[in-house]
Amino acid sequence: MFKLWITIKKDVRILLRDRVGIALMFLMPIVLVVVVTSIQNSTFQLVNKNKLPAVVCNLDAGKSGGQLIKDIDRIGLFKVITLPGSNADSLTAYMDKNDAMLGIAIPANFSEKVSAKAASSADKAMAEFNGTPDSLNAPPPVIDPLTVYYNPVLQQSLRFSIQGAIQSALQLVESRQTLRTLYYNTNEKEMPEALEKEMLSADSKINMIPASKDGTHTTPNAAQHNVPAWTIFAMFFIIMSLGGSVVREKVSGSFIRLKTLPTNYMVGIMSKQLTYLVVTMLQAAVIFSMGIWLFPAVGLPALNIPNDIFGTFVVTIVCGWCAVSYAICVGVFAATHEQANGFGAISIVILACIGGLMVPSFAMQGLAKTLASFSPMHWCLEAYYSLFLEGAQLKDILNNIIPILIITLVFQLVTYIGLKRKNLI
Amino acid sequence: MAVSNWAVSIEDLGFRYPGNENVSFSGLNLQVAKGERFGLFGPNGAGKTTLMNLMTGVLKANTGSVKLLGNDVTSSDKAANRLFGFVPQDFSFYHELSPAENLEFFGAWAGLNKTQTKQRTDELLNILGLEDVRDKAVGKFSGGMKRRVNLAIGVLHSPEIIFLDEPTVGVDVHTRHAIMDYLQILNNNGTTLIYTSHQLSEAEDLCKHIAFIDAGQIIAEGDIDTVLQQHSHETLEELFINLTGKALRD
Repeated sequence: MFKLWITIKKDVRILLRDRVGIALMFLMPIVLVVVVTSIQNSTFQLVNKNKLPAVVCNLDAGKSGGQLIKDIDRIGLFKVITLPGSNADSLTAYMDKNDAMLGIAIPANFSEKVSAKAASSADKAMAEFNGTPDSLNAPPPVIDPLTVYYNPVLQQSLRFSIQGAIQSALQLVESRQTLRTLYYNTNEKEMPEALEKEMLSADSKINMIPASKDGTHTTPNAAQHNVPAWTIFAMFFIIMSLGGSVVREKVSGSFIRLKTLPTNYMVGIMSKQLTYLVVTMLQAAVIFSMGIWLFPAVGLPALNIPNDIFGTFVVTIVCGWCAVSYAICVGVFAATHEQANGFGAISIVILACIGGLMVPSFAMQGLAKTLASFSPMHWCLEAYYSLFLEGAQLKDILNNIIPILIITLVFQLVTYIGLKRKNLI
Repeated sequence: MAVSNWAVSIEDLGFRYPGNENVSFSGLNLQVAKGERFGLFGPNGAGKTTLMNLMTGVLKANTGSVKLLGNDVTSSDKAANRLFGFVPQDFSFYHELSPAENLEFFGAWAGLNKTQTKQRTDELLNILGLEDVRDKAVGKFSGGMKRRVNLAIGVLHSPEIIFLDEPTVGVDVHTRHAIMDYLQILNNNGTTLIYTSHQLSEAEDLCKHIAFIDAGQIIAEGDIDTVLQQHSHETLEELFINLTGKALRD
């Protein structure tokens, strides 16, 4: 125990004097988590809070074009900007000049065609009511399509949402016109506004509720997504310091001397594991603290700590141990410092990619989904997401913790075999 | 723990590096008496460092045995490792740490307790002139100071045998004298010294017994005066050239 304690003291001293290593382990992930959360938060706000600027060029001289603009505005998704006296060319020029995301061109005969289609539909309806043949007996006129110009940077999912929203506004304009025509044909007077409103407004509301395990309704935000993800990345990034430390000791003369002393090198390995496990816990504490206290101060959403604090602690220890085990394993097999750093950095990015830190694993298909289960980061992230986003308890995430422990034990076993084969223990 | 009159006893030693077809040692026998000052010499590539690594258990022999005071050096109980200290040619310590911190760590690994380590640290830093820099990082030291730290770590646990691989390479005259004087003191107190160096004049002053090795074979061995007399040479350097030739070695 005395030897282990003195070895831990030695490792801590060396670690504290390695300022570059400390910067890599703490500053880099802090910067990363703030930057990524800020960017993602802007996107969330663009979609969820801020309205998307939509430049409208109304070429229609009738009332339906104006009505459509009002209905698009009422959707709440767009900030409508009308370009008076413009045409399609000036619309795209305006978009280009102002980096606008969306442009909508309403065709010149829009009102005329909407009215014609409404009249046709009303006639058919009246004929059905009266049991008489359709007086016009002609196919309904086709309304010229609306043209929507979009900035190519808009993601496909957002474009689909925009298309659906505009389609619903169009549907409302056409339905309103049909209803008015039908009412006029029946009653020979204008339809009362209150009745029109009652008939066209949807009373069936949609309640959007996040399905959580603990029944709480915390809305997931950019902080809830990014802080756990980049904490895991930071933990595994200690390979840059720990892997290098193992290699440095191995290739330096000090290792030869250690081999001649009456102490097993496993004491040295155990010391590194404990020292760097504490480092990973500190990383998590620092990054979580930033999420709780710093994020609100800089205008980012605050991180909500899960109800199961003990479960969060267990997951953090297990993730940290896995990260430390991986770093030592790489350090034992690397022949040089450059090998450890190069392989370490690249492998961490790959494990992060296939583990769902960069692209959500639920969006992965086939081989990518299978590969994800081999990345320890995937299981760490799933465990954290269950706690942070779904309100899970420790018992709910055992199916995530067990794979992490299995992967960790594999790293430990491979490390032991490596040390034995290289005659290091 | 076994007891023997031999500090080092090598019997029928065979060794070959994995993946290398050339045999480094085959059927090598060597004995070094307790309390001896023993010098091991040879040209570059002769196998001095390999033999030193085999004697300290850094390398494992393919055949035969290496015993230190009767204890097998490769035994899993590491009993032999308590008996010797090793001063490698490289600076084998942590450059980020101070001399005191290095000694604290290596002392614990050598089996000393906290009190013993502190007592020996104070003693050695004083003897080797490192008292004033005991808390400064070793990485900023001169070559001579680093050599003294290297030596201090090797002798920290007062071992009965000390293996020294070129302990004075690259140091000034003052440091060399300080190191050699201290080694003499240790030997006077009964410590066996196993020493390799290319500084043959220095070796003549320090060693009583010598062995020349070349191509994994001992080509001359015995009391230094007897060996010189047998080969009709006055200095070790003349003998060295005579035994190993003038061709350059890598």
